[in-house]
Amino acid sequence: MHNLSLVGLLAVPLLGSVAIFALPAGRDLLAKQIALLASVITFVYTVVLGVAFKTTEGADRFQFTGSWVWIKNLGVHFAFGLDGIALVLIGMATLLVPCVVLASWRTFDSVEDAEELRAPTRSPKAYFGLVLLLEVFMIGVFAATDVFLFYVFFEAMLVPMYFIIGSFGGPRRQYAAMKFFLYSLVGGLLMLASVIGLYVSSGTSSFAFTDLLGHVPNGATQKWLFLGFFIAFAIKAPLFPFHTWLPDAGAEAPAGGAALLVGVLDKVGTFGFLRYCLPLFPEASRYFAMPILILSVIGVLYAAFLAMGQRDMKRLVAYTSVAHFGFIGLGIFAFTTQGGTGAVLYMVNHGLATGLLFLVVGFLVARGKSRQIADFSGTAKVTPRLGGVFLIAGLAALALPGMSTFISEFLTLVGTFTRHRALAIIATTGIILAALYILLLYQRTMQGRLSEKVSGFRDLNARELLAVTPLIVLIFALGIYPKPVIDIINPAVRFTMQDIGQSDPQPQHAAQTSTDGGHK
Amino acid sequence: MSPLNVVSAADTSLIQAPSISYSALAPILIVLGAACLGILVEAAAPRERRFGFQLGLTLLALLAALVDVITLRGRSELTAASAVSVDGVTLFLQGSILVLGMLSVLMLAERAVEPGGSIVASAAVVVGSPADRRLASSERVQTEIFPLTLFAIGGMLIFPAANNLLLMFVALEVLSLPLYLIAGLSRRRRLLSQEAAIKYFLLGAFASAFFLYGVALLYGYAGSVDLFDILQAQNTSTQSDTLLYLGFGLLVVGLLFKAGIAPFHSWTPDVYQGSPTPVTAFMASCTKIAAFGAIIRVLYVGFSISAWNWRPIIWAVAIASMVVGAIVGLTQTDLKRILAYSSIAHAGFILVGLVSLDQAGLSSVLFYLAAYGFTTIAAFGLLTLVRDSNGEANHLAQWSGLARRSPLFAATFTFLLLALAGIPLTSGFTGKFVVFRAAYHIAGPLVVIALIASAIAAFFYLRIVVMMFFAEPAEDGPTIAIPSALSTIAITVGTAATLVLGVFPQPLLDLADKAAKLRG
Repeated sequence: MHNLSLVGLLAVPLLGSVAIFALPAGRDLLAKQIALLASVITFVYTVVLGVAFKTTEGADRFQFTGSWVWIKNLGVHFAFGLDGIALVLIGMATLLVPCVVLASWRTFDSVEDAEELRAPTRSPKAYFGLVLLLEVFMIGVFAATDVFLFYVFFEAMLVPMYFIIGSFGGPRRQYAAMKFFLYSLVGGLLMLASVIGLYVSSGTSSFAFTDLLGHVPNGATQKWLFLGFFIAFAIKAPLFPFHTWLPDAGAEAPAGGAALLVGVLDKVGTFGFLRYCLPLFPEASRYFAMPILILSVIGVLYAAFLAMGQRDMKRLVAYTSVAHFGFIGLGIFAFTTQGGTGAVLYMVNHGLATGLLFLVVGFLVARGKSRQIADFSGTAKVTPRLGGVFLIAGLAALALPGMSTFISEFLTLVGTFTRHRALAIIATTGIILAALYILLLYQRTMQGRLSEKVSGFRDLNARELLAVTPLIVLIFALGIYPKPVIDIINPAVRFTMQDIGQSDPQPQHAAQTSTDGGHK
Repeated sequence: MSPLNVVSAADTSLIQAPSISYSALAPILIVLGAACLGILVEAAAPRERRFGFQLGLTLLALLAALVDVITLRGRSELTAASAVSVDGVTLFLQGSILVLGMLSVLMLAERAVEPGGSIVASAAVVVGSPADRRLASSERVQTEIFPLTLFAIGGMLIFPAANNLLLMFVALEVLSLPLYLIAGLSRRRRLLSQEAAIKYFLLGAFASAFFLYGVALLYGYAGSVDLFDILQAQNTSTQSDTLLYLGFGLLVVGLLFKAGIAPFHSWTPDVYQGSPTPVTAFMASCTKIAAFGAIIRVLYVGFSISAWNWRPIIWAVAIASMVVGAIVGLTQTDLKRILAYSSIAHAGFILVGLVSLDQAGLSSVLFYLAAYGFTTIAAFGLLTLVRDSNGEANHLAQWSGLARRSPLFAATFTFLLLALAGIPLTSGFTGKFVVFRAAYHIAGPLVVIALIASAIAAFFYLRIVVMMFFAEPAEDGPTIAIPSALSTIAITVGTAATLVLGVFPQPLLDLADKAAKLRG
C-alpha cells in the first residue's frame, strides 16, 4: 500500500529545482547542468517504472500505489498510482523536459525586437528552475489518485507556467500570461465547485478516486458536477470554443515553454476527460457525449482553417494543436476502446510531434528574431539540417503514415466511425486541411527564393540536434511498432469503458448495415 | 471591571451580585490590566526607557493572556450573570486575536525602517506648521500607542465572548475608540491619516448608534438584552415581530460595519489607506476576527431559530461584499486600497461559511479567520518595507520591476497574493475549501458566486505580480528597506503560517473543529 516509487519520481525534479533556486546568482551554467541531469534522471526513472509496469491480464488498474493521509478531516490523501494512461503521459512529459532543457540552453528567452535585445538578459537560473518545478507538478497531476490532490497539482501547474510565459516570453508576454492564468483559473474554480460537490454528494467522506467511483448519484447533480469538471478540462485542453487563450500563450511563450505548455499541460485536460469525467460521471458523460463530439469536430475544422490564415509561425502551431485536440476529444467521447486507446496514443504522439515542432520553430525564431512566416524564405538551402528536422516535425504533425501520429489518428477515426459515422467522415477532412497548412508553412519558410536575411543563418549545432533526436526517433519507432505502448494503454482504457458501462459496437457485415448501425 | 456590572444592573427583578468566574475572564483581565499599567508607565517611566518598558509590558501581557487562553481550552461556561460566554469559539477567537495582536505590536514597534517608527510622535501638532516640520525630522518616539492597542485588544477579547447585547456594545466601544485614535497617528501623510480617523470615527459612531438602537428595540421585544432570553422570546413573546426584525436589522448593521462588509464597507478603503500600515494590519486581522466573533454569537446563539429569516440577508450581504470587493478592487491603483477591497471580498467569503448554521460551517469560519489574519499581517508588513523619500511607496506604478531589486521580497509578496487568491498549497485555498464545503449543501449557488468572485479578485492580485515581475523598473523607484528583527518576525510568522496552513492544515482544522461549540 505504501509504495514510495512515485514519491521518488516527484522528488528528483523537485530536488533539482530547489537546488537551482538555491544557487548563488551568476552560476548559470551549473543551473543548466543540474536541470539537464535532474530531468535525464527523471526520464530514466520513468523508463524503469515503465518496464516494471505489469500489463498482463488481471494486473491491477493502478500500480505503484502509495497513499498517506494528508488532511484527515477532509478525507484528503496524498495518494499516487499509475494506470497505463498516466504512465505513458508521464513518459512523454519526462522525455520532453530534457529535450526542452537542451534546446533552450542558450535561447530560453524569446528575443524579439530591438527593445528586447537591449534589455538586460533574464536569469537562466529562474527559467530552468521553473521548468523543473513544472515537471514536478506535471508528474504529480498525472500520478495523483486523489481528486483533491489532483486539483492541487492542476492549479499549482499554473504558477511556474505563468512565470515562464510572463518572464521569458515575447513582446506581449504580460497579456498572454495573464490571459492564460485567468482562463485556467476560472476553469479551475469551476472544477473546485465540482470537487466539493463530488465530495458532498458522494457521501463517502473521501477524495480517493477509487472510493468515489460509482458513488456519484445519477440525475441533475451528476450533470452539473460533470459540467464543472468538463469546462475546466475543456479550457485546459483546449477544446473549441474554449481555445482562445492558447494561440496567445503558445505564441508568446518561449519555445521550450510553448513545447511544454502545448505538449504536456494541455494533455492534462484530455487526460482529465478520460480519467475523471468518464469514470466518475458515466451517466452525464453519455448524456453530453453528442454535443461534445460535435464541438470536437467543429474544433478540428475551425482551427484548421484558422491555422491556414496565420502569419505567425507559433500561432499557427498553436492552432494546429487546437485541431488535434478535436481529434482527441472525438476519440474519448466515442466510447470505444479503439477510440480511447487512439486518443491516449494521440496525446503521447501529439506531445512528441508538437513539442518537436515548437522546438524547431524556436530554433528558427532564435535565428531570425522574428515569428513572422514572411520573414523567412528558402531557409532549407542554407540550413539543410534545420530544414530536414522541420520537415519531419511537420509531417509528424500532419500524421503521415509511418509516423506515430498516423496510428493514433487512424485509431481515433476508426473508433469514432464504428459509432458515429457522419462525424468521423467530416473529421477526416481535417487531415487534408492539416496537410495544407503544414505544407504551406514548410514551403513558405523553407523553400523558394533564398532571402537575404536568411542567408546568414547557421545550421543546427550538435546540441540542438541532440535535443530533437530522441523525439524524432520515438516518432518513427512508435509509427512502425506502437504495440508496447498500446499494450500499456489498452487495459486502462478497458477499465474506463467498464466504468461508463459501454462496450464496443460489433463490426457489422455489409448485408445488415444501416438498421442498427451507429447506435448505442 | 465595571462593564461587567452593568449586566446585573439591567437585571431588574432582584439585584444581587452575580458570581464571576475570574479564571474564565483572566485573559481579558490581564490585557485590560496591562493597558492600565501601561498608562501608569507612560506617566512614571523616564522618556528614554519608556519604549522598551511599554513594548515588553505589552508583549508580556499578550503572551500571558495567550497562555491563559490555552490553559482554559475545553472550558465551556457562562459567567457574570451569563453575560460572558467562555466557550470553544470564544477561546479560539481570543487566541487568534492575541497571536495576531502580538504580531501587530511587533510591527508597531518597528523603528529601523522609519526613524522613530511609523507613528507620529505628537499627534496634536498642526499639520504643516513649523512645529510639524521640526517633528518630522526628530526621532522622538510615541509610546502611548501601546496601551491604546492593549485597550483595543481587550475590547476585541470581550466582543466575541459577549452573550449580552449591552456588554457587546461596551466591548464594541472599548475596541473602537482606541482604533479611531490610532488610525490618525501616521507619521507620514498626516492629513490623509487624520482624514481617515475622522471618517472612521463618524461612520463608526453612526454604526454604534444603529447597534444601540437595535439593542433597544430588541429589549422592547424580549424584555431583556441577554441573547438566551431573546432566543426564548422568539417562541413566547406576544410583542409585534416588527420590533424583532427592526431590532435585528439595526443590530446587524452595526456588526457588519465593524467587519467591513458591503454595503457598510465604505470606510474600509479610506481608513486602511490613511492609517499607519501596522495599524491597518492590526485592524484588518484582529478587528475582523472580533467582529465576526460577535456576528457568530448573535446569529448562532440569539437568532438560531429564525435562521430562515436572516439567511436571505446574509446571502445578500455576502454576495454584495464579494462582488463589490472583487469588482471595485479591480479599479484601484493603491496597494493598501487593493488590500482593503480584498478584505471586503474576503469578508464575503467568510459569510458564506456562516449560512450553513452547523458545526462544520462554524469551524470552517474559525479556520478561515485565523488563516486570513496571518496572511494579511504579513502582506501589510511587507508593504511597510517599500519606501521612497516620501515614506511608503504604495502606488501600484511605483512597484514596477520590484522583483529586480529584491527577488526575495517579490517572491514572498507573490506567495501571499496567491494565498489571498486562494491558490492550492496556501492557507487561502484551505480556508476557501472548508468554507465552501460547509456551505455547499445549503447554499450551492452562493458557493458558485463566491468562486466567480474569487476568479475576478485573482485578477487584481495578479496585476501586482505582473507589475513586480514583468514590468521594467523605474529610474527613481522605491527601495526595499531592511527591517529590524521585530518586523521580520511578524512577516516571517505570517508567511510561514500561510504556507503551513496550506500544506499541513490538519492541526488547526482539528483545533477549529474541537473549538466550534457555542455555549447555548
